[in-house]
Amino acid sequence: MSDTETPTGTLRQLWAEDAVKIAALLFVIYAGYLVSGLVLGYSVRGQLNSLASLTFYIGVFATLALALNLHWGYTGLFNIGVVGFMAVGIYVMAFVSKPLYGAGGSAAQVGGLGLPIPVGIFAGMIAAALLGFVVALPALRLRADYLAIVTIAMSEIVRFTFLSSTFQQFQFPTLSGESTRVGFGGGSGLILDFPDPLLAFIDVLGLSGAYDGLVRLVGQVVPNNPDPIVHSLVYGLVLLGVVAAYFWLLKRTGESPFGRVLKAIREDEDVARALGKNTDRFKIVSFMLGCALMGLAGILWLMGQGAVTPNFFRPRLTFFVWIALIIGGAGSNTGSVMGGAVFAAVLYQGPLYFQNVVTSVFQPGDAPGSFGPAISPLLSSADPMPFLLYTLDSVRQLQLVVMGVVLIWLMHNRPQGMLGHRKETAAAIPLGRRGGGAGPESGSSDPDSEPAPQTDGDGTGGAADE
Amino acid sequence: MAVDRPLTVFFAIVGLLLLGSLVWGLLVSGAVTFARLGSLVWDGVMRGLVIGLAGIGLSMTYSILNFANFSHGDYITSGAFAGWATTYAIAGFGRADIGSLLLVGAGGSVLGGALGIGVTTTPVAVVAGVVVAGVFTVLLALAIDRVVYRPIRSESGITLLITSIGVAFALRYLIQFVFGSSVRGTTAAGSIPQVPLYFIDGVVRVDAHDVTLLVVAGGLMLGVHLLLQTTKLGKAMRAMSDNEDLARITGIPTERVVRATWIIGGGLTGVAGYVFILWKGTLGFNDGWLLLLLIFAAVILGGIGSIYGAIAGGLIIGIAASISVLWIPAAFSRAAAFVVMIVILLVRPQGLFSGRSTA
Repeated sequence: MSDTETPTGTLRQLWAEDAVKIAALLFVIYAGYLVSGLVLGYSVRGQLNSLASLTFYIGVFATLALALNLHWGYTGLFNIGVVGFMAVGIYVMAFVSKPLYGAGGSAAQVGGLGLPIPVGIFAGMIAAALLGFVVALPALRLRADYLAIVTIAMSEIVRFTFLSSTFQQFQFPTLSGESTRVGFGGGSGLILDFPDPLLAFIDVLGLSGAYDGLVRLVGQVVPNNPDPIVHSLVYGLVLLGVVAAYFWLLKRTGESPFGRVLKAIREDEDVARALGKNTDRFKIVSFMLGCALMGLAGILWLMGQGAVTPNFFRPRLTFFVWIALIIGGAGSNTGSVMGGAVFAAVLYQGPLYFQNVVTSVFQPGDAPGSFGPAISPLLSSADPMPFLLYTLDSVRQLQLVVMGVVLIWLMHNRPQGMLGHRKETAAAIPLGRRGGGAGPESGSSDPDSEPAPQTDGDGTGGAADE
Repeated sequence: MAVDRPLTVFFAIVGLLLLGSLVWGLLVSGAVTFARLGSLVWDGVMRGLVIGLAGIGLSMTYSILNFANFSHGDYITSGAFAGWATTYAIAGFGRADIGSLLLVGAGGSVLGGALGIGVTTTPVAVVAGVVVAGVFTVLLALAIDRVVYRPIRSESGITLLITSIGVAFALRYLIQFVFGSSVRGTTAAGSIPQVPLYFIDGVVRVDAHDVTLLVVAGGLMLGVHLLLQTTKLGKAMRAMSDNEDLARITGIPTERVVRATWIIGGGLTGVAGYVFILWKGTLGFNDGWLLLLLIFAAVILGGIGSIYGAIAGGLIIGIAASISVLWIPAAFSRAAAFVVMIVILLVRPQGLFSGRSTA
């Protein structure tokens, strides 16, 4: 690190900036997708679609990992009920914002309250935060592993509630004194028949003209029906904006006096309490904030999908978010974003993209329907083709096997995540060896200017990581 | 007293109200018959025995290795599939292609009902299935421990917990990859002998598979009780769950105790998986995972580390889930069991049998 003046030194300096790391990672991911698509002769439409869905998943997993990082990375709350808060967010949002039953010739079985979408989003976040309060109030006194079991049980209770026919439809009083038919749709799901949120948002910003121009532009490359492609690409970009907003919010929270108390709680709750902090209150506020952010992430994930079903919110989705957080390294916001991106690109979308590309390029025949017909030709006549086809066809299951193995591998070899030790200390001042060498020696003159506490005393750890 | 623990009093009042409405329904309004209550309780006891049997293993690893094993549910599924593949192969030998039999009829190639599987019709196949389920799960648990858990034995409980989630994912979806995602019927449901037991105002039906489950689970629970009470192993386990370092200094071979824990826990878990499927008559790749949270509920309720706690907790959770339909819609029966667990965590977080770890 002493060669700060040489060209490699400036490169390293640049690399020490977290924003550069994230940008470089995104660049590598997108380049990887584009190049592999180009090499295999994927169509332009297919390329654009896969980039749009890639952006979408990077966005949602990064937001969720950031919110979870507030719980686990900052406060040390082991929440494995993430899906429960997402579900409450989108369901309450739908409840508030769906048009009234029978209005506008909608085919939906049940209506909503017909309030504007921003009101619905706000209500969804509040509801998720309130559920967080209900869970947190008693559960925070418990050990971490008990909190884990309570939160996952809660997320299942939420799913059963939305699944049950009891709340499929019921009457709800409106302001005018009458009652209207509302509900959560039960197992068959809920149609989200409010106006398209993205278009409404763009309209509010006064950018409809620019959007239409973009549609025409893309229309020159993809002649028929460019609208959905542009829609999903723009939505992905909006999500990346949300990621930036989450990042900023959580960074500010983490560096505030409030955030320092959270980190102190994570390290040693008794010490924090001995210093006169009402740790229960801090934990509850932190938990509720994280839950509201998870609720918003759930809304953003499903708002544009047209419908929502309770079984989308199975516990495995929670574990996806956990894997993303662990890849990036708990305790670091940069790590959360990068973990979300890597998880979305490599583990979540990667295998499906691979399957898509292979099937569209090689056009293989039909895969055997089950393992028996797949394996028997391999055993009897050493013909691996049916087995390979079956494997390709089962990518959705196998990717979960891969995720499990990756999780085990990470916990064995890199429990601190891809960026190395980045846990922020609870202190407001850097705790590293200050007196020892000159300022630049301890490697903190550059990172100090921007992401100060991120690299304190351990600037080499971040920089040495290629 | 009442001011000391308002929460306890509140839950006690809710409990009394529920009990009151049940008694009212039974004796006054006649909305609930004794026979219906009896059937539900019997069903709950069966479910509870499975939960308790599988819970013993979870409770032991929880107290001795100090982590909540989220892959335990998939050990149940693995044991069930191994055992049922054996049962299918023996019961259907010569009648169907051996590959389809070993894959437990993946893709609808063989139907359990068509093979006439049942404890009275194909006893040898069932007994062999029980044995294989237990042995296979022991081997699986030992292999996973060797590869996955042993290298990180000294890490914190949370690290191990997260790792076990990875194991759960890998196991469950590997099972789905091999055996398919369909839920198949495994027994000849119509031809299981039944005895109607007369109970006050109606009948409670008990079939041969209920009895099998009762005998197998009860026998194994008794066996574990004797094993841990009369051998040094039980004492060593208690010592280890109290303080591992101290146990090692005293000369207890801790790794051997850990192995014994996996052997006992794995065996019971595999057998529990097998008899659960025998009793319920269907088999799917998700069965163990769906049972896992109920098992956690039982183990926490009973007090981590106590095998009696796991058994009692299992019975309470099983019966609670089963009779909850008297008050709330059936869709919420699992939710009701979770609520019972959360209430216990709030009122008595150390569990009902706390302080008596491992037998």
